[in-house]
Amino acid sequence: MVKRDSAVDLVGILSVEDKDLASSWIREVSGTLGSRVGKAELDRELRELYEALVEALRQGATDVHAEQMSEVRALLTELSRNRARQGFSPSETAISVFALKRVLEPLLEDGSAEVVRAYLQLGRILDGLGLFTIETYTQTRDELISAQAEQLLELSTPVVRLWDGVIAVPLVGTLDSARTQVVMEKLLQALVDTGSEQAIIDITGVPAVDTQVAQHLLKTIVAARLMGAECTVSGISPQIAQTIVALGIEFDGIVTKASLADALKLALRRSGVDLVAHQGGQR
Amino acid sequence: MSERIPILRIGDTLIVSVQFDLEDQTVLNLQEDLADQIVARSATGVIIDIGALEIVDSFVGRMLATVASISRVLDARTVVVGMRPAVAITLVELGLSLGGVSTALDLEKGLAKLNRAASSGLQ
Repeated sequence: MVKRDSAVDLVGILSVEDKDLASSWIREVSGTLGSRVGKAELDRELRELYEALVEALRQGATDVHAEQMSEVRALLTELSRNRARQGFSPSETAISVFALKRVLEPLLEDGSAEVVRAYLQLGRILDGLGLFTIETYTQTRDELISAQAEQLLELSTPVVRLWDGVIAVPLVGTLDSARTQVVMEKLLQALVDTGSEQAIIDITGVPAVDTQVAQHLLKTIVAARLMGAECTVSGISPQIAQTIVALGIEFDGIVTKASLADALKLALRRSGVDLVAHQGGQR
Repeated sequence: MSERIPILRIGDTLIVSVQFDLEDQTVLNLQEDLADQIVARSATGVIIDIGALEIVDSFVGRMLATVASISRVLDARTVVVGMRPAVAITLVELGLSLGGVSTALDLEKGLAKLNRAASSGLQ
């Protein structure tokens, strides 16, 4: 019975000046968000949320995870997903909920003990909703990040054919186990598909080489060798060469070249192709 | 009685084409047969085609290395051809790099490799 009463009180607070509260809430939020969200869109979002909240409280919802709150949660999820996609910060997202507390503050000034208690209870619910917003926000960002990582993985490992029987993999970005696996599989498959006996791994775009990256490179090269292809590593910058020596990494029996051009020259010589330069550049 | 893998001969080269996944006994038989044949036909080259193999375990991996060593003692070169990408990755992950075994992408390239080695050996 007590619960029922307090629910009614909460509704009472929210519907004191019904429409007025909702619009001052919207004003408050749009003040903090600036012009990055359309006025009409914000208006619609918050008004729906407000109505859903009042309805949930009327049905006796006392915390965020109550069944009556499902509508509110759905709306909040959509709101924070949108914010996350549009690149708002977590606090800018959560402020949408917390602003309602600030809007309600004036009610306390001439309120009775009843009102204060109801306000505190509502405050707890709003805190819960705020946390829920942030949780959803983080979740959406995580999804975005993993989707981007996946796209990056696909983008960053092309195998190109340089010559008949010579293929190259220009690596860009840091190498980790997952990427090495993809690179290895693609390179080996390309060896089979093109019948190439020479492979060049170009690491011009790899910012740093540590023992782990070297280990990954070695694995790829050994696997290629097992299939009957010879691998050359090219694009080793002066800094990386120094790091490799300083770390004591041994590229045993693996040919390394400073530039892709040198590696290609070697690969061509190994496959029996002679390049002849003609005087004056014309035949 | 376990299955035996046929050993074919072209010129001075013996060709073994493995068409099914190998049991340990088959592997041992093959090792023995190859040694016999290299001597009997005075072969100078051995090509083992494992293109049909989807699974190569450490035992088969070691067999390949052993066969290579045996034939080297008998003055024949061994080339393993047609290894699948997945098999190569597995062997690397197992830490088997088959040092001393030469490899080629397919039978044709394997034969070319043997011929190249033979002609450079003569000079």
